[in-house]
Amino acid sequence: MSDLETFRAETRVWLEANCPPEMREPVRDETDACWGGRNPTYKSPAQKLWMDRMAEKGWTVPDWPKPYGGGGLSPAESKILREEMAKLGCRSPLSSFGIWMLGPALLKFGTEAQKIHYLNQIAKGEIRWCQGYSEPGSGSDLVSLQTFGEDKGDHWIVNGQKIWTSYADKADWIFCLVRTDKHDKYKGISFLLFDMATPGVTTKPIKLISGNSPFCETFFDNVPVPKDQIVGELNRGWDVAKYLLGHEREMISGAGNAPVGSLGALHKELMAQDPLLRAEMAKLDVDTLAFRAMGEKFIDEMKAGKGHPAQPNMMKYFGTELNKRRAELVMAAGGSDALEWESDGSGGGAKPRQWLRTKANSIEGGTSEVMLNVIAKRILDLPGA
Amino acid sequence: MPLYYDDDQAMLRDSASAFMKTEAPTTHFREFRDRNCSDGFSHDLWKQFAEMGFSGMLIPEDQGGLGMGHVEAGIVLEEIGRNLSPSPFLTTSVIGVEALKAADAATRGKWLPGIIAGETVIGIAVDEGAKHRPEQIAMTAERSGNGFRLTGKKQFVVQGAAADLLIVAARTAGAPGETDGLTLFAVDKDAAHLSMEAARLVDSSMGAHVNFDGVEVDADAVIGDVDNGWAVLTRMLDAGRIGAASEAIGVGAAAMDMTVDYLKQRKQFGRLIGEFQALQHRAAHLYAEMEVARAAVLKAQQLLDAGDPKAELMIAVAKAKAGQAVSLAVKEGVQMHGGIGMTDEYDIGLYMKRDRALAEFLGDANFHADRVARLQGY
Ligand SMILES: Cc1cc2nc3c(=O)[nH]c(=O)nc-3n(C[C@H](O)[C@H](O)[C@H](O)COP(=O)(O)OP(=O)(O)OC[C@H]3O[C@@H](n4cnc5c(N)ncnc54)[C@H](O)[C@@H]3O)c2cc1C
Repeated sequence: MSDLETFRAETRVWLEANCPPEMREPVRDETDACWGGRNPTYKSPAQKLWMDRMAEKGWTVPDWPKPYGGGGLSPAESKILREEMAKLGCRSPLSSFGIWMLGPALLKFGTEAQKIHYLNQIAKGEIRWCQGYSEPGSGSDLVSLQTFGEDKGDHWIVNGQKIWTSYADKADWIFCLVRTDKHDKYKGISFLLFDMATPGVTTKPIKLISGNSPFCETFFDNVPVPKDQIVGELNRGWDVAKYLLGHEREMISGAGNAPVGSLGALHKELMAQDPLLRAEMAKLDVDTLAFRAMGEKFIDEMKAGKGHPAQPNMMKYFGTELNKRRAELVMAAGGSDALEWESDGSGGGAKPRQWLRTKANSIEGGTSEVMLNVIAKRILDLPGA
Repeated sequence: MPLYYDDDQAMLRDSASAFMKTEAPTTHFREFRDRNCSDGFSHDLWKQFAEMGFSGMLIPEDQGGLGMGHVEAGIVLEEIGRNLSPSPFLTTSVIGVEALKAADAATRGKWLPGIIAGETVIGIAVDEGAKHRPEQIAMTAERSGNGFRLTGKKQFVVQGAAADLLIVAARTAGAPGETDGLTLFAVDKDAAHLSMEAARLVDSSMGAHVNFDGVEVDADAVIGDVDNGWAVLTRMLDAGRIGAASEAIGVGAAAMDMTVDYLKQRKQFGRLIGEFQALQHRAAHLYAEMEVARAAVLKAQQLLDAGDPKAELMIAVAKAKAGQAVSLAVKEGVQMHGGIGMTDEYDIGLYMKRDRALAEFLGDANFHADRVARLQGY
């Protein structure tokens, strides 16, 4: 057996023995996932056990280096782990903005001390992070942001407001874009990390059309931030921010964990009665399976340093538009049952809430229109885009 | 296995690309079209394919070929698509060879050397109506003497007029609509009572209507098992479907490149038209569709080469997705070129025509989306 085959066999045995049965059921929605943090809430003992066991092996972040809490796996080994987890239906043990967004940025831009400190916390699920990018006046045009950090020698004093900050009310720390020079738009932003428990930080949840309140307005009133809590150079935070957005877009695209099952296959009787709906389902299956291949290719290419650096924008555009289409068809197939907001017809409202939630996919992390702008400019090299 | 070309495959792509660009670019295509050549391709070029090792690339090494897989054949086909290089490669070296793999040693010994040498051409006789519906085959093959007598009509037999050998699917039992009862035959083009009417298609490629008026063949003309030909027929068609998808990807990629270049050159209202966001977004959307289609095609080819049973589903996905994405590429291409896109002098229209034929070949996007649904159980 080659080394990789041995690794595959051992991985399968380990997963069989260590992944609790409850953790082989699909995650129902965001609240069903494990987010870790200082004051974690676990839905079941199995959830905690699974996270701890995986963290112990470094497999919450399989391809990060071992000194930072990772598993130190090669691209080929991580792919095998993903494939074997998918075969058994193992859930991702830890959902985390630290893993998806901040971690990759720290790996590239952080100091060694920052990597050792923050990455280990992320890998073990000890600190839950939120993202302070958007402001009321700065959404797609993010670089116009106004939150200001005044230089006070060994620290900054931060004042301003963020908005749409996902899980700000539950997060322990924030990675935040702060203007540190008012004279240079792009080269006047710094990437700061600070504790949400710092005096002067307040959050106010915003209710969404789905009825949930996963995001907040976040206010900073004279918040002190020590100088060693900057990632990258002073005033060069935009480079860090953009790099992080690539990883965020990859995550939102669903590459690597796109839905597996065929929606049409769940509604065979209806498919026989409604040929037009069946045709849409068939086309959804085509795009879903094609996009899964794309996700695999994208990850393989990125790990091998072959892909276009702006490719996450394409992934996000396609993946989120596809996810919205899928949710529309869930509703169409569900008919009036799927309209029920709380009762059994729709799984206690899961279907309509999920349908509404997907509408944010093509807004959060950069809108579809912005993705198309970036593809046009950076990949197709079109003029003046 | 990672989902990108390894070093050998990347080298093959470079040499196939250089070869098609120099030996069979669109000017070569136009020359044959304008000459109204009844074969529709150059026999000299077909010999050059052999010198490059392309014509026998899918034939196992112990039978004189290169023993390569469908990923490699797809690489050659994509370059054919990009350059609109007219050749019998898809029907002969991909589909025909896949069928002959199931034939007995004598049949293989008779035809494979000519394929490897770039001398033999194969035509595929499956379709009987205007749409690809292989289970609807009605043509009969009745037992007669020690062999069979074939009676019926075939159409859309690509390269039929130039073919030396026809691979024919006929019914030895059962009724149209049934997958049981089909048998595959290797029929010499010169057989008695076989007549052919060549038809030039919209893309200037040559299709043919073939009439079998009681054509007698020996029992050893049978490929695979009598009455149980569906599996080998499907394997052969699937090889052709994924090959056609690769060629289509080449067609779409060339059309997209040409269009994006044009957006960077043409000025209106004092600006490059590529500065208009309405066009930028359409071009970017097209890019995403083409990328996803390309990934589906490569994934299907890898599964097919690995002998994975999921290949059948993924081939249907790939042919459907490529059909839809490439059709978008050529239509957007013509539209974004404006008036010049309607001229014969400009190549973009040639790509639109080629896509139309490839899209129809061995099942269009709807046929394959329907197949995906069936394979998923609805
Ligand atoms: C569920 C959810 C979670 C979020 N979580 C976070 C978070 O944790 N942290 C955070 O910082 N932010 C978060 N956001 C904010 C998100 O990043 C912004 O909503 C997004 O960037 C769009 O900004 P906007 O809402 O101001 O819309 P606008 O920028 O005002 O856009 C309005 C419309 O105009 C279009 N538009 C804008 N500019 C252009 C252009 N140049 N060309 C073409 N069309 C254009 C847009 O595409 C959109 O359709 C979240 C958003 C959602 C919905």
